[in-house]
Amino acid sequence: MAHFAKPVEGSWTEHFGLATDPVSYDDSITPEQYALEREAIFKKTWLNVGRVEQLPKPGSFFTKELDAAGTSVIVVRNSAGELRAYHNMCRHRGNKLVWNDYPRVESSGMCRQFTCKYHGWRYDLDGKLTFVQQEEEFFNLDRDRFGLVPVTIEEWQGFIFVTFNPKPQPLKDYLGRLGAGIEGYPFGMMTQKHTYRAEVASNWKLFIDAFMEFYHAPVLHAKQSVGEESRKLQGFGYEALAYDIDGPHAMVSSWGGMAPPKDLSMVKPIERVLRSGLFGMWEGPDVGELPAGLNPARSPAWGIDSFLFFPNFMLLVWKPGWYLTYHYWPTSYNTHIFETSLYFAPPQNAFERLQQELAVVTFKEYGLQDGNTLEATQMMLESGAITEFPLNDQEIALRHLHTTCREYVAEYTGSKAAAPTPISAAS
Amino acid sequence: MANLPTDFAELEPFSEWILPSEYDRYGKRIASSMDELQAFYDAAFPRLEDGAEYLKSVSISGISDEDRNLLWLFSSLVTVSFPVEAWRQPRVPDSGATSIDVVVEPRP
Ligand code: FES
Ligand SMILES: [Fe+2]
Repeated sequence: MAHFAKPVEGSWTEHFGLATDPVSYDDSITPEQYALEREAIFKKTWLNVGRVEQLPKPGSFFTKELDAAGTSVIVVRNSAGELRAYHNMCRHRGNKLVWNDYPRVESSGMCRQFTCKYHGWRYDLDGKLTFVQQEEEFFNLDRDRFGLVPVTIEEWQGFIFVTFNPKPQPLKDYLGRLGAGIEGYPFGMMTQKHTYRAEVASNWKLFIDAFMEFYHAPVLHAKQSVGEESRKLQGFGYEALAYDIDGPHAMVSSWGGMAPPKDLSMVKPIERVLRSGLFGMWEGPDVGELPAGLNPARSPAWGIDSFLFFPNFMLLVWKPGWYLTYHYWPTSYNTHIFETSLYFAPPQNAFERLQQELAVVTFKEYGLQDGNTLEATQMMLESGAITEFPLNDQEIALRHLHTTCREYVAEYTGSKAAAPTPISAAS
Repeated sequence: MANLPTDFAELEPFSEWILPSEYDRYGKRIASSMDELQAFYDAAFPRLEDGAEYLKSVSISGISDEDRNLLWLFSSLVTVSFPVEAWRQPRVPDSGATSIDVVVEPRP
């Protein structure tokens, strides 16, 4: 039974010109495919590495481990107040430049210059080499030739992106219509941040799959709702209000009547008292008029829009005036680091802090449920016992993700095949 | 020694739940038995409505130690509400070894 209208083609999948046949998950189960994805996707696209609030002043910096792009970067605000990024690598003998205690752990802070732990070379915030220990021992060392290696960096709506593509599309163009549609949302007023991290034993795409469809929600998350409500939700199943696809990016617009619920007996006792829950505080802050790209179906039942900016950055905007981000950082073909940050307007009082805590912790309980199916799925996909999987119309965004990844890889291997000096792609 | 505002002194026996990090609140939850979680919930939940009213008058900047303790105590109640109200077990069902750990959280 359809509750929400679909495009004239009869399905979202056909509307956006995607195939409807079963899909293979052989893009998620081999080291060879991951090696290709690193080159074809993670070294080619724009990657979101953080927010401007992380770099409040000149000298503020953070490092980001990007195994998928085969490097670590330093992101810093220089003395002129501009954003800069560098490979996190000393020009002398290649030591990782910025880290504390453990070289694989990301770090952040404030500094006036970067000093290498190994032999003490120093670089200013613009990456210029400013000090060489025992410089006279070197042979005609030209300091100007040994600055930090820059990484292309751009900002969009306060989100900081880097790319390793030597000829990148401007970020705004890359983010396309879906990005343009949410410009102007007051992301910058939501500075109360909670961040969570998990090491997940699955291919990075599998967790995106889980967050780009809600077909699973009434089933996997059944026990989150109280008795009768849960049965009702399973009976309804799930239908999105709308989907949209533009280039490699996708979005799903979803209903969510939980904030505030029509019938208080539908929600758990703690939610009733705190007037908060998965969808956030029932009475959220005023965020003004929504940009045109949010709630594209203009539905009064709207609750949340989930955007996937290819390859691995998800942005979720919730009706009660807050947002969250998901990042999926691959570390191998069958492992990745999942990071999520929830951003709220700063609480006006301790009660609002408590309301936000309930939203955060509810999210975590859902996340634990979402996460725990992934290892089980990865394991069986790797068995190869089944190689074709039917995806339904509510799974369009993941069909699109896997299709897009294959296209990027095909384009890369195609261009490599045509290149004069072929490089072993799987190395 | 008073840990909590005087109106909430009856919750002093549960002051071990005054934990400023979600990491520790969740850790204590999964290390507790359902009986322990239920006992804390049964004592604290009936005071949550008063607590909510009270905390509305507490501004985040310059929060006193007692008020902050009350905030963390009720934050623990939030953490404990899931097993008591939904799961009937300390862990999220089927979550096995899965963990999602807090790395940044605002603490007044
Ligand atoms: S490797 Fe950095 S100073 Fe030698
Ligand atoms: Fe989910």
